[in-house]
Amino acid sequence: MANFLVWVVWLGAAFACLVSALAVVSFRNPFYSALALIGNLASLAVLFLLLSGEFVAAGQVLVYGGAVMVMFLFVIAYLGDKSEESPWSGGPSWQIVGAVLAGGAILAEVIVVVGLKAGDFLSSPKPVTRDFGSPAALGRLFLTDHLLAFEVTSIVLLVAAVGGVVLGAHARQGEDPTEVHART
Amino acid sequence: MRGPDIQWYVILSAILFSVGALGVMLRRSPLIILLSVEIMLNAANLLLIAFSRLHGREDGQIFAISVMAVAASEVVVGLGMIVAMGRRHVDLDVDKLRTLRG
Repeated sequence: MANFLVWVVWLGAAFACLVSALAVVSFRNPFYSALALIGNLASLAVLFLLLSGEFVAAGQVLVYGGAVMVMFLFVIAYLGDKSEESPWSGGPSWQIVGAVLAGGAILAEVIVVVGLKAGDFLSSPKPVTRDFGSPAALGRLFLTDHLLAFEVTSIVLLVAAVGGVVLGAHARQGEDPTEVHART
Repeated sequence: MRGPDIQWYVILSAILFSVGALGVMLRRSPLIILLSVEIMLNAANLLLIAFSRLHGREDGQIFAISVMAVAASEVVVGLGMIVAMGRRHVDLDVDKLRTLRG
């Protein structure tokens, strides 16, 4: 019974994940695409929970669904209406055919490799204890085995923050001078 | 509590990755291209966490958290560039953006 319930949750999350990903790609208005991506991230968090990655699931909802997507929505609202025509409109062009072929090739390769080579290897996950993926276990790993990755990540974030400020400052210089004058 | 085996996660991740790649190849707005790159990064994250569960080690989850930090940095820089383009009234269409000079 528990197995059946896990399957139901998995199928629901996987379906929501795929539908929202397709919605992100095909909506005309970027604002709707960003909202669909929030659904995608939330259903991925459910899948992370099924894989006993509690801390990563929480981080996914907080960092991605919260911070990153709010930034996206602010920028899209700041830029105003930037709707473009749907990528599927206007019949099949060589670009759509090529893109679908390339995407299908990636998919077919992975499925063929999993079907031919994986065998029983992928169907026998190692048993794990209850605190697998808990904040305590991940924090211990971060501060012992992966201390270098932890420090490098902080430097990457610092550089990105400085880069964002620099890009914003340059944009302000490039503004229409009359507009700047009117504001001051 | 068993649920689906790891190969279903691998296949789902492959489908998600190709949907994201389709978005990058088909759309012209840099905003939607950034969103599609997020889908691809998340497909990779799903794979990392699935294999972390398969091997019963948390290292894959550590990697996934690092990927999240890199993705957040990428969004900051990408959105900064898009805002700079919007303020200069450049057309937001990657087919028309031919040079990096303002």
